[in-house]
Amino acid sequence: MEHIVIIGNGIAGVTAARHIRKKSDKRITIVSAETDYFFSRTALMYVYMGHMKFEHTQPYENWFWKKNRIELVKAYVNAVDHQNKKLVLADGNFLNYDKLILATGSKPNKFGWPGQDLAGVQGLYSKQDLDQLEANAPDKETCKRAVIVGGGLIGIEMAEMLRSRKIPVTFLVRENSFWNGVLPAGESAMINEHILEHHIDLHLGTNLVEILADENGRARAVTTDKGDTIECSVVGLTAGVSPNVDFLKESGIELGRGIKVNRHLETNISDIYAIGDCAEQHEGIGQRRPIEAVWYTGRMMGETLAQTICGNKTEYKPGHWFNSAKFLDLEYQTYGWVFSERGMKENEQHFHWRDDKEKICITIAFNKDTKQFLGINTFGIRMRHEIFDRWLTEKCDVNHVLEYLKDANFDPEFYSKYEHKIVSTFNSEFGTSITPKKKSWKRIFSNA
Amino acid sequence: MKTIQNIGIAIFLLGLGIFAALPFLGSFKLDQSTFDEIVTEKRIKSEIFTADMQQNVVGKEFTGMIDLSSKISKALEYANATHVKNKEYKKKIYTKSSEMASLIGKRSGTGYIANNKGIMWFLSFGIGIIGALLFIIPQVVTLGKKGIKNDGVYHQSSTNKGWIAWLVFFFLVSFYMVLYFGSQYAVNWTYLVDPISESLSGNPAGHWFVYGFMYCTIMSVMAVRMYIKYRHNMYQIVRTTSVLFFQIIFAFLIPEIMVRLQMPYYDFKNAFPLDYDFFFQWNLKSLLDSGGIGLFILVWGVVLTLVIVPVMVYFFGKRWYCSWVCGCGGLAETLGDPYRQHSSKSLFSWKVERWLIHGVLVFAVVMTGMTLYSFFTETSTVFGIKTSSIQNLYSLAIGSVFAGVIGTGFYPIFGNRVWCRFGCPLAAYLGFVQRFKSRFRITTNGGQCISCGNCSTYCEQGIDVRAYAQKGENIVRSSCVGCGVCSAVCPRGVLKLENGPEEGRINPTEILLGNDVDLMELVNKK
Ligand SMILES: Cc1cc2nc3c(=O)[nH]c(=O)nc-3n(C[C@H](O)[C@H](O)[C@H](O)COP(=O)(O)OP(=O)(O)OC[C@H]3O[C@@H](n4cnc5c(N)ncnc54)[C@H](O)[C@@H]3O)c2cc1C
Ligand code: SF4
Ligand code: SF4
Repeated sequence: MEHIVIIGNGIAGVTAARHIRKKSDKRITIVSAETDYFFSRTALMYVYMGHMKFEHTQPYENWFWKKNRIELVKAYVNAVDHQNKKLVLADGNFLNYDKLILATGSKPNKFGWPGQDLAGVQGLYSKQDLDQLEANAPDKETCKRAVIVGGGLIGIEMAEMLRSRKIPVTFLVRENSFWNGVLPAGESAMINEHILEHHIDLHLGTNLVEILADENGRARAVTTDKGDTIECSVVGLTAGVSPNVDFLKESGIELGRGIKVNRHLETNISDIYAIGDCAEQHEGIGQRRPIEAVWYTGRMMGETLAQTICGNKTEYKPGHWFNSAKFLDLEYQTYGWVFSERGMKENEQHFHWRDDKEKICITIAFNKDTKQFLGINTFGIRMRHEIFDRWLTEKCDVNHVLEYLKDANFDPEFYSKYEHKIVSTFNSEFGTSITPKKKSWKRIFSNA
Repeated sequence: MKTIQNIGIAIFLLGLGIFAALPFLGSFKLDQSTFDEIVTEKRIKSEIFTADMQQNVVGKEFTGMIDLSSKISKALEYANATHVKNKEYKKKIYTKSSEMASLIGKRSGTGYIANNKGIMWFLSFGIGIIGALLFIIPQVVTLGKKGIKNDGVYHQSSTNKGWIAWLVFFFLVSFYMVLYFGSQYAVNWTYLVDPISESLSGNPAGHWFVYGFMYCTIMSVMAVRMYIKYRHNMYQIVRTTSVLFFQIIFAFLIPEIMVRLQMPYYDFKNAFPLDYDFFFQWNLKSLLDSGGIGLFILVWGVVLTLVIVPVMVYFFGKRWYCSWVCGCGGLAETLGDPYRQHSSKSLFSWKVERWLIHGVLVFAVVMTGMTLYSFFTETSTVFGIKTSSIQNLYSLAIGSVFAGVIGTGFYPIFGNRVWCRFGCPLAAYLGFVQRFKSRFRITTNGGQCISCGNCSTYCEQGIDVRAYAQKGENIVRSSCVGCGVCSAVCPRGVLKLENGPEEGRINPTEILLGNDVDLMELVNKK
């Protein structure tokens, strides 16, 4: 029986394993060093905040693996010996494979800041990081202030976590406005306001220079390029992540920043594949980046690779881009492409609407010339994935999107509706006279 | 704010303490004329009992019901035992001893409590309410900006099965034990609400009135908490208002007013088989004896269960009843909300759930079948089994122990829907309709789920919502009561409760939206 070995029990590895099991009888082993069982990394914050216990982050009950004949090995892989098709484990054991799937995820970036390895300085990626944060910042008496460096999604999550225990937080963000490399200015500005409303001390356009130690070798303060020295007990480093591939340096597997793969998710060595955060496409697919470190793409690569492994060779062809996040109390969803001013394409034009009372806004991107709808960002309004996916496939024009916007609304029942305000703003900005159509089940379910 | 809240807790605990102490307090003195009245009213023929009472109880002063009620039950048990031994069945007293004690206790209260009902009401209910509100209302400020408020749920003793939770458990269970099995100890409580009862139905309050009044009070106070906690979520606000309305108007006020108007006591929204004694002989008789209104209730009760309930479930899902109208659901959604995370999500629990709830439904149906058979054929047994003993068994095991003591008492430990999930026969019936013939579903938003588990954790019905959502599958489950909290707590906007066309309601998927279109079609075709 062919033995499929997967390194990494994250979403990518586990999805691949589940789908291989569905389609075949192959022997499947997952080797992973972090935890005994698969858990949802995206939910780590909720454990610290007390919304959930760690076991709630595990999507499958513990009996699931045995029942589905997925063998679990808790061990760190030191090296891959592809000539002999075996893995060298840190505990001295070996493990043979017929096919190997690398799904080793990411690790937090550190940019060589002085003091980055002091006690009290940490990232937020793994279960161990969570435990460490619990030890470093159990309450506001132990942790008088925390400084978070790096204004991405994990940074703001970490700020929210610490604030849930009333710990004062200073947030150093390199950009002049939060996440404005990704978000258009209006949205980024709204988040800046929201961060301040949550009593987070936001320092925009500020870089970390050095982390200072106290006599016990613990972080006691940071200095910034603005000349400030900020006293603190904990420093969170959240300046992005990069593929977790150091153990493969000598393996002969081609590496760039991540593990280089082709569209079939194959590495340069036969029978070795890579998926999830650690995989790097030779070239980005469509407008995607070569490395996509998000949950959904890890899952999609897993779904796709399982087909190939089970004999139905399939290219990784992700559909329309989508993503979502939550900034404190603000839910964010995106479908298609809406670029920030920095990354905006030549023909891209934006329509931005923001409510005058609530923290709610949307940005719709469309082609200046053809009016083709390119994408939408929404804050504080939920949208229906299926509808936008269809509109993107059908290359609808932006007027169509506004006219049928009600079909796409996914907010809970009885919520205030904003389509009329949105459309009338659009009409007055672009001289159109669109009237929003009533929501229609028929259209929503007409699977085009 | 913290100080106000702490003062609130202190005041609340004081009120609760006084309330809890009441069964042990008060003075009771049964005078001769009252005793004679009771003897005539209850047609007591046992001279042993009367003699015993004359000697040990009448004219004596007792402190607290415990002493008094033990004297009464001793007298009653001894008298009955003697009569049975002597085969004097005519003299046996069929009133239960706790009932007899409540009756006597209620008419012989003399002390401060019985004479200062208003003040005592204020010292228990009144300051309890004030204290609770002082604790709850500052949350408008302390909880910060509107949004999901689950910070620290698993850090606090009260909501993480710590000692406070066990204390609440102990209190609730004891309260229900008194209610169902020791009503004589509730006599002092009934005094507190006598004025209210008299103004509504014209009668002094019994222990069920205390329960009804308390139920409404607790729901109202905890609804304030719901309004504050979910102030960003209109669905929760509308729904909470709805359950509160149905509890106060339909379950509490209308039946009391009907009694004042010489009509039968009836809760128009309480559908059979949750209302398990609807077809009991005594109820049918009383309805048939009450003229037009009785007949109307009889027809309404049948139509409610056979037509209104399923048709509404077809259009809106069982939520219209379980989390918008029902009293049990109402308490679960207000008092029980802080405990919703404790419902077990394991596959094992789901198995237990299906056996238990369907078992209770079968039990209820069989019992009712026997009841009706006995009623129409005027026999008291079916296949040699006494109908009344089956009814008593159901009332005790299901109606009292399961629905009350376990259903509510175990909130802090097993979550707030123990009864609704494992026991309610009406829920089982609605569940069939919801699962097989309904427009209701929880739609999963394409591929947006990140498997975080908030939805499953906070599902009070123990549904592993994530198991569906992470597969891109809609949630169509018979047990879902449509509370909407899974949708509320989802950080990615994945879930939406909606009523739509039946076609496509259940959508099994393997490959999720967002991936390769060809692959989706290849694998998902079923
Ligand atoms: C706090 C946080 C919040 C996030 N929120 C979101 C979000 O909201 N939305 C979103 O789309 N994405 C989010 N992400 C990103 C998302 O979690 C990742 O993209 C995803 O988990 C990657 O999955 P993966 O399977 O590729 O790798 P991982 O989940 O990282 O799994 C890899 C596993 O392999 C193990 N491993 C690595 N090397 C070895 C070795 N040599 N030997 C043994 N084991 C090894 C690792 O220890 C790890 O357990 C978040 C990430 C974090 C940290
Ligand atoms: S599935 Fe959602 S709506 Fe249904 S009972 Fe559970 S939490 Fe409530
Ligand atoms: S809460 Fe939302 S994102 Fe989290 S598991 Fe449930 S459906 Fe998925």
